[in-house]
Amino acid sequence: MTITENQAPAHEIGRARRRKEDARLITGRSRYTDSITLPGMLHLAMVRSPFAHATIRSISTEAAKAAPGVVSVVTGADIADIQGVNINAWPITTDQVTPTHLPVAIEHVAFAGEIVAVVVARSEAEARDAVELVDVDYDELPVVLDAREALKDEVLAHPDLGTNKSAFWQLDSAAQGSGGDVDEAIEKARTDGILIEREYRQQRLVPGFMEPRSVVVDPTGDQLTVWSATQVPHILRFAIAATMGIPESKLRVIAPDVGGGFGGKLQTTPEEFATIALARRLGKPCKFTETRSEAFVTGHHGRDQYQKLTMAATTDGMITGFKVELIADLGAYVAIVGGGVPVLGAWMFNGIYKIPAYQFNCTTVLTNKPWVDAYRGAGRPEAAFGIERMMDELAGEVGADPLEIREKNWIKHEEFPFTTVSGMTYDSGNYEAATARAKELFDYDGLRREQAERRERNDPVQLGIGVSTFTEMCGLAPSRILGSLNYGAGGWEHASVRMLATGTVEVVTGISPHGQGHVTGFSQIVADRLGVPFEDVEILHGDTAIAPKGMDTYGSRSLVVGGEAVVRAADKVIEKAKVIAAHLLEASADDIEFSGGRFGVKGTDKGLGIAEIAAATFTGHNLPDGIEPSLDADATFDPVNFSFPHGTHLCAMEVDTETGAATMRKYACVDDVGVIINPLLVEGQVHGGLVQGIAQALWEGAVYDENGTLVTGSFVDYTLPSAADTISFITDTTVSPSTTNSLGTKGVGEAGTIASTPAVVNAIVDALRPMGIHDIEMPCTPERVWRAIQGASSRSVDETQRDAAPHFEADQPNQDPSATTGGAK
Amino acid sequence: MIPASFDYLAPTSLTDALAALAELAEHGDDAKVLAGGQSLLPILRMRLNAPGVVIDLGKIPELQGISADGDTIVIGAMTPYAAVLASEAVSTHAALLSKAVATVADPQIRHRGTVGGALVHADPAGDVGAPVLALDAELVIAEQAGTTRTVAAADFFEDLFTTAVGEDELLTQIRIPKHTGWGAHYEKFVRVSHQWSIVAVAATVRAEGGSIAEARVGLTNMGSTPLRANAVEQALVGQPATEEAVRAACAQAADGTNPPSDLNGGADYRKHLATVLTRRAVLAAAGA
Ligand SMILES: Cc1cc2nc3c(=O)[nH]c(=O)nc-3n(C[C@H](O)[C@H](O)[C@H](O)COP(=O)(O)OP(=O)(O)OC[C@H]3O[C@@H](n4cnc5c(N)ncnc54)[C@H](O)[C@@H]3O)c2cc1C
Repeated sequence: MTITENQAPAHEIGRARRRKEDARLITGRSRYTDSITLPGMLHLAMVRSPFAHATIRSISTEAAKAAPGVVSVVTGADIADIQGVNINAWPITTDQVTPTHLPVAIEHVAFAGEIVAVVVARSEAEARDAVELVDVDYDELPVVLDAREALKDEVLAHPDLGTNKSAFWQLDSAAQGSGGDVDEAIEKARTDGILIEREYRQQRLVPGFMEPRSVVVDPTGDQLTVWSATQVPHILRFAIAATMGIPESKLRVIAPDVGGGFGGKLQTTPEEFATIALARRLGKPCKFTETRSEAFVTGHHGRDQYQKLTMAATTDGMITGFKVELIADLGAYVAIVGGGVPVLGAWMFNGIYKIPAYQFNCTTVLTNKPWVDAYRGAGRPEAAFGIERMMDELAGEVGADPLEIREKNWIKHEEFPFTTVSGMTYDSGNYEAATARAKELFDYDGLRREQAERRERNDPVQLGIGVSTFTEMCGLAPSRILGSLNYGAGGWEHASVRMLATGTVEVVTGISPHGQGHVTGFSQIVADRLGVPFEDVEILHGDTAIAPKGMDTYGSRSLVVGGEAVVRAADKVIEKAKVIAAHLLEASADDIEFSGGRFGVKGTDKGLGIAEIAAATFTGHNLPDGIEPSLDADATFDPVNFSFPHGTHLCAMEVDTETGAATMRKYACVDDVGVIINPLLVEGQVHGGLVQGIAQALWEGAVYDENGTLVTGSFVDYTLPSAADTISFITDTTVSPSTTNSLGTKGVGEAGTIASTPAVVNAIVDALRPMGIHDIEMPCTPERVWRAIQGASSRSVDETQRDAAPHFEADQPNQDPSATTGGAK
Repeated sequence: MIPASFDYLAPTSLTDALAALAELAEHGDDAKVLAGGQSLLPILRMRLNAPGVVIDLGKIPELQGISADGDTIVIGAMTPYAAVLASEAVSTHAALLSKAVATVADPQIRHRGTVGGALVHADPAGDVGAPVLALDAELVIAEQAGTTRTVAAADFFEDLFTTAVGEDELLTQIRIPKHTGWGAHYEKFVRVSHQWSIVAVAATVRAEGGSIAEARVGLTNMGSTPLRANAVEQALVGQPATEEAVRAACAQAADGTNPPSDLNGGADYRKHLATVLTRRAVLAAAGA
């Protein structure tokens, strides 16, 4: 595999086009779900359980029903037969324990914020006023909040299920024949190698999309139109049809402008189901828009894992085995792909490395907290964090530079395609090139010198350098693989290309953009493919009546799967047009060449533009016999493999040892996302992704009190960063074209998020390693860093360095959940 | 996030506002005055409070503006932060207040939020209490039409969210003795930029020939009200503005404080921070 320099833009592909959707969005011409107002529309407000675990004794709705403007107040029992049920589309094992998740609870609530009654009123204000008049009598039950506690089954999140354990899932390289026996490797390392055992905590995160979720339902006759702030209009339609007894053909789901999602809007939500049920029952359009406070407590959350990692290596730092034991907190219910998200880590914990023996174990657990599901990266950031933190630990143990240790173990560029120990085949990549470029941009050697100087003079501000490489499997997903994993749908994507009479082009895609800029990127692809102006391409999406087939947007799939479907549909259009062109030009179809939007006859200067063919097809006056008067074409693309972007990220953090504050000094990353359609869009995805990953390392974390109430329930306490908290990143790309799609592209949406979290934590730990510190739990707050330093200064550095591999000792930072501050997690 | 419904009054003079407050109090009506709304509105919208009447002070000219009265800078209670920041009188004669105000929230909030609203709201993590206290300001409170009393900052803050301003009274002015030529620094410790202070230290120093002649130090979020670090102030007098001397004088910064423990830090950590930040604030104020 060679690195091709980013080619000069032939036409559109490769051009740093500004997003065509932005002018409208930033000048107030947007239309979000909440902006939709229908005649006679009613408004819903939810009565929610303040308790994390309780049985509902009784609900009195009389006072609320009598309140001004109130049309209806219903409990779960009132709509039991029409409310449907929240779906879990990916039971990870056949015996997975999956609690029934009713949109409106009837007898039992399992997290604080669960809906117990719904008020419908003429205005939103009246609905919210009346919520306060609904009187619910609860019997509080004991709560279980921590996944490790939950595994003891002493307190049950759902007493009727008899256990909190939802499922256990394992991948073993010896068993599946993709590698050796990990336990053997560990035993060997224990006697004559290096054994590193660590426990890491992936804290719970709240997806901070800008637009809170909203749903509008219009029941016109037996048709039903649903607008929703969703990433997944097609999946939502399927879920409604499957659980509410509404024929799919009677349902139209529209995702209008959607203000961000990051996975947080790929859920089918209780609020959607409840609004549909009420709109149907009342025969009136209904709207529900959540408040930000509701988004915090009822939207699905991300991450929340305990990771127990064991790495075996030779004394010179060659990895011989890696064992992963995860405990994943699913929250109170198994969300649409909640159980599957941690399992996605199975193929990614081995990272970019050649590991001879590997085992991945994941236990999913129910607790009395909101459900957990995909959040930017979904399972893969957790995996990249685990392996990349361990690589730094290994380097520390060997006493080698962390980049050297990585290089020693990673897949060389000439070894692609490479089948890893977990069984994935990485199509292309060049870790050497990305790393070399990142080192140069970062001034790695210069910063290492400065680090040494600061250590030498005992500077109160120490410098740490964090390394992280990453790869991820994205472009979800080959349907066959999904099938083998028991996933409830396929991973294909659909597109249609329609040549209009006047020469402009309508492209219909089944992906559902919500801020990424797909309309711009896809227009560039089609402009090049068909040789039409960028401005003449219209991308239609997000409405099941316009784009009837699709699998929506998540998992960095839109370009690599959806874009490829568009290319294939466009190619079919060209093939169809060729036949007509040949006829009109009185040439053989074999002699027609298509280039730059023109069908020419080989060896002559005769030719016709694609717009002319479109016009001729429209009139149909002179078509060859038996040819239908249409150039339009559809394509459904099912990928044969994932795509595997990768990158090398380098981060320098200054750690103020007096206050514990860690401040970013420099960040450089070089990502390889294959062929780049629009460098500006890539840059935007990388920057946003970086900040989101850095935020996990430094700032964000959902914290619960002992009753299961979210303490970080607003942006006052849930410290989401703003632009003022970040620095200017240095970004660059290398290009190893993907071989799994014809554009050569790889996903970029999750890249920055995946790599930046371990880069930052590695940098902080690197600054503190001479003090004998091996870990800081995320978010690495100043207080946590300061306490680690306080703890370290009471130990002898010499002693801790010899014992650099703590064997799950209670006094190590991050080892004992009860030793950390900030309440229950 | 919709507040419970309330009536809205917008008096155009201080007299009318006080009369309205008195009348509502007489009828036992629950009223709240609205300044910039940056603390009150979130409270109403999250339905943590539901007053029957909201009295908007935004249309009362007497409560606006910054002026000089001899040796005193006078700031109307309804003056927004942004106006304080833009005021040369404040940056010249009460630099400590400018420095602290510059760290409040973000530009939008600084254009809405007012100094008076912040002082009456009296959030212990708020940034204007400590400088007002350190600068020995006086607060003018209107009791009823035509009757005012003046309270020293030291007596103004009573407890968490509680000040000397009574239910049907209004804060009208903040009077700050000129500290012309004093160096000033506000050292605010936060995790993200738009955050309230975890701990902050307001220090202003009069230097004479390389040593500290006088110092005033106020602490933010080290107890239920803003606090003065009196022991540090005294220890600093006559000290050279050097790292070593200031470090020694600031070691007692957290003495007698009672900081909270929350997500951002335990009380012991805050006490530690207070000593570090006090040293940094004093050194910066002294220009060292
Ligand atoms: C996102 C966000 C971040 C913030 N960050 C910070 C920060 O970092 N540091 C900081 O210091 N502050 C911060 N604040 C608070 C901000 O400074 C508020 O503006 C301030 O606390 C209140 O001022 P206000 O004018 O908005 O008062 P309002 O909210 O209108 O009123 C506050 C209270 O004071 C009463 N009141 C107001 N004026 C008078 C008066 N003249 N007489 C009697 N009673 C009166 C009101 O009845 C109310 O109870 C933040 C606010 C927000 C929304």
